[in-house]
Amino acid sequence: MSDNLDQSVSDAKSKLDAHTHEIVQWHFHESTGSPFWLGKKAELNFDPLTEVKGFDDLKKFPLFEDEWLRGGPVNRWIPKGLEGQPTFVFETGGTTGIPKSRVVIEDHRLDYEMFSETLPDKYFPKGANWLMLGPSGPRRLRLAVEHLCQHRGGICFCIDLDPRWVVKVIKKGWMDHLEEYKKHCIDQAITVLTAGHDIKCMFATPKLLDQLATALEERGTSLPEIGITGIFSGGTEFTPQWTRYCVEELFGGPPEESGVYMTPTYGNTLMGLACSEPVTKENKYKITYHAPQPRAATEVVSFDDPNELVGYGETGRVKLTTLTRELFIPGFLERDEAEREEPHEMYPWDGVSGVRPYHVFAKSTTVGVY
Amino acid sequence: MVNIPVIRWGEEYESLETQELVHHATGDIIGTQSMANGGLITRDMRKAQQARDILKQFSIEELVEKMGKAGDLFVNGNLSIGDSEQTPQDFIVQQSATTGLPEHMVELGMSKNAFVMNNMGRIIDALTRGLPLDILSSGWGKEARGIPVSYQCQTPILAAVLPSNSPGVHTLWLPAVPLQIGLVLKPGQKEPWTPYRMFAAMVAAGIPKEIWCLYPGSGAEIGSAVLSKCKRSMIFGSKQTVDNYKGNPQVQAHGPGFSKILIGDDCVDNWEEYIDLIVESIYINGGRGCINTSSIWASRHTEEIAQALAEKLGPIEALPPTDPKAGLAAFTIDGMATAIWDSIKDDLDEDGVTHVTGQYGDRLIEKELCGYIRPTIVHCKSPENAIAQKEYMFPFASVVECPEDKMLGTIGETLVCTGITNNESLRNQLIDCTEIDRLNLGPVPTTKLNWLQPHEGNIIDFLFRNRAFQVPEELL
Repeated sequence: MSDNLDQSVSDAKSKLDAHTHEIVQWHFHESTGSPFWLGKKAELNFDPLTEVKGFDDLKKFPLFEDEWLRGGPVNRWIPKGLEGQPTFVFETGGTTGIPKSRVVIEDHRLDYEMFSETLPDKYFPKGANWLMLGPSGPRRLRLAVEHLCQHRGGICFCIDLDPRWVVKVIKKGWMDHLEEYKKHCIDQAITVLTAGHDIKCMFATPKLLDQLATALEERGTSLPEIGITGIFSGGTEFTPQWTRYCVEELFGGPPEESGVYMTPTYGNTLMGLACSEPVTKENKYKITYHAPQPRAATEVVSFDDPNELVGYGETGRVKLTTLTRELFIPGFLERDEAEREEPHEMYPWDGVSGVRPYHVFAKSTTVGVY
Repeated sequence: MVNIPVIRWGEEYESLETQELVHHATGDIIGTQSMANGGLITRDMRKAQQARDILKQFSIEELVEKMGKAGDLFVNGNLSIGDSEQTPQDFIVQQSATTGLPEHMVELGMSKNAFVMNNMGRIIDALTRGLPLDILSSGWGKEARGIPVSYQCQTPILAAVLPSNSPGVHTLWLPAVPLQIGLVLKPGQKEPWTPYRMFAAMVAAGIPKEIWCLYPGSGAEIGSAVLSKCKRSMIFGSKQTVDNYKGNPQVQAHGPGFSKILIGDDCVDNWEEYIDLIVESIYINGGRGCINTSSIWASRHTEEIAQALAEKLGPIEALPPTDPKAGLAAFTIDGMATAIWDSIKDDLDEDGVTHVTGQYGDRLIEKELCGYIRPTIVHCKSPENAIAQKEYMFPFASVVECPEDKMLGTIGETLVCTGITNNESLRNQLIDCTEIDRLNLGPVPTTKLNWLQPHEGNIIDFLFRNRAFQVPEELL
C-alpha cells in the first residue's frame, strides 16, 4: 500500500468512527431514536450512548436479525427525530408469508445520488432517459433507479415485473410459464426502447439483460445500435464470467470499442449501493465491491465467528452494517459469502469480491428472472 | 492435472469460472473444468444448422467408417483432452476417481461404447429396419417396392444433459453423428471424461470438430438452456425429471427403469435354476443401471428366493475402486449414501417387509469423503409395500409375493421385464402389457442388451419424421 493510500485508509477509518458515534447517539437518544432501538436499549448489557465511540464498538451489539423487520407497525422503525416526514415502505422477499419491510424517508435518494457520482458521463450522459428493466411493486430498487435517472436530468421508463410471481412459477416447475413471463418483460422493454424515447441508459438484472440483448439481435439490432451506452446491473449472478460474456458477446467488446459501458453493483434494501472498482479484461473481469462508507460498511467475517475478520484474500460471510439517520443495523449477516479485498484508491476501505450465495443456503435459494 | 475447456463448435473456450474435479475417496484434485454460462448456449445454438451442413458433406457410410476408427481410438489411443494427453489408463483412473466406479467397470464401459462405435453400421441398419441410408441424408427416396418414402430430419443437432453416475448412457447419443446430426452435450459434473474422450476420438478419426459443443456447467442453468434451445434433447435424471418431460416430443427423458423379473407359476417351483440370472441382473455394473433388476415377482417361494439372493449378494464388501473384485460403486455426493439408507430404513418398518441381507452385516458403509451401500435384498409380502416399487443406484431388489394374475396390473412402469414362463397365455399378456418397454421372454438377464434393438424409444423416430411424400412418377 502506498503512503497516500495508507493516509486515505486512516482518514476513512477516522471518519467511520466519528460517523458511527454520531449515528448511535441519534438512534439511542430519547429525543431522536426510533421506538424499536429505544426499546432494544433496555435489553442491552451496555449503554450505547456512552460505550460506543467507534466502529469496532458495534461488536458489543448482538447480530441484527432480519426477522425483526417482518410485520408491523413499521412506524416503530422511524426515529423520533424524523417523525412527520413523508415516508416510504419498501419490501423484500414476500413470495410466501409476511415480507420484511424497511421504512425510508430519503436514504434511497441519497444512496443513489452518491452512486451517481461514480458513473462516467461519457456513457451515462446527463439528461439521458433511462429504462428500468427490473422489479416493480414495493421495491426500493424501482424508485431508486427512477430517482437516479431524474437526479441526472432524465426521465425513467419502467416495466411491470412481479418477482414474487416469478419465484412461485419456478417453485411450481412451470418453466414454460417462466419463459413466457420473461418474454412478457422483454416485450415491454423492446416496446419502450423502440418507441422513440431516446433512451441511452438502463438498469437491468443480469438475466433480463441477457434476454434483452438476445431478443434485440433476433430482431436484427443490438444494444449499441438501439442507442444504449450505459448499463447498471447487479446481483450475485454478476460473476466475472458473466461480465466477460456480456462485454465480449452481448456488447461486442469493451466500452471503447462497443460504446457500451456496464457497471456492476451490490446492494439490497438494507444497505445503499456498493460500487465496483473498474472491471476490465486485464484483471480478468474481477468484480470488487466497496460499500458506501460511512453510511454503510461491509466486512468479510469468519463463518464461525461473525466478529472476526478473515484475512485479505480469504473467504467468509458478508457482514453488513448500516449507519444512517433513518436506519441503524449493527452487524447483519448477509445471505452471501465472498473474499475480503484490500482498500482501493477510489474507495480507501475494505472491499468484497467473488460475492455468491452463502454455500449453506445456496442449495435452497431460488434465483428468479431478476 | 488436466484442465478441461468448454467446447463451442469445436473451439476451446476457457471460462473464468472453473470447477475442480475431485477424487471421491482421497479428495485429491485431479483436474478442473471450465463452467459455461447459459448465455453462451443461446448464442451458439444460432449456428446449429452448420453442424448438419458440415456432416452432410460426408455420406452416412463414411461417417460410420470414421465412427469405427473413433471406437478403436477411444479404447486404445492416446488422445488430447483439454491441455493434456490422455492414455486409456489415464481415462480409467480419472473416471473412477470422480465417479466412484471401480476401475474394471470403467474399462468394461469403455469397451461397450467402443463396441457400439465399431458396429454403428449394423446398429443403424437395425434401427432403420434396413432403410437405404441416403433417404436419411436427402430426406426422401424410394423403397424397394417402388414407393416414395420420406424421413425428414427434425433437428440439426442432438442435445444431451448427461448424468454423473452412469457412463453407460453414452451409447444412446452416439448414433447421432453418423446420422449427420451434430452434438451438444452437457456432461455430468463428475463425469466429463467420456464425452471429452469421445470428442477427441472422433476428431482424431476425421470427424470435423465443428459439429461438437460441450458445455460443463451447473445442472439447472446449463441443462435448462440446452433443453430450451435445442429441438431434440435427451435428459437423464430422476422419475420427477421423466414426469416433467412426459409428452414433450422435443425431449427424450431417461430415468429409473424399475426393471423387473416376473416368474410364472409354471416355472416358480424351479426357482433355484434362475438365481444366478437374477443375481447378475441385480448386481452387474454395481447395480446402478436402469436395466438392473429392482424387483422379482412370484406367487410363491418368494421367501426362499430372497434368502438365496441374500446368501449370494449379502456378503459382498465395499472394496477399493482399484480392486479387480470391486463390485460396488461409491456414492460420491456428501451424505447421499446415508440419506438413501435412512429412506430404506423407513420403508423396512412397514408390515410385511423383511430385510433379508441384514444377517450379513451393516449395509451402510460411511467413509470420510464418500459412502457405500452393500447389496440389499428385501422381501415383501405384498405389492402394496412401498419398497416394492423402489429403485436405488446400488444392488438393491425387492422380492415381491404376488399372485400371477395380479402381476401385470400391479407392476407399474417397467423399462426391462424378464418374463420367465412357458405359459402361452401369460406370455401373450406380457407382450400386450403397455407398462413394459423392453421385454425378455424367457430366462434372459434384464441387463443383457442387444445393441441392435432400440432402447427406450427408437432414436430414428426421435430424430426423423417419417412423413407422407409424393412426387411425379418421372422423379421416382
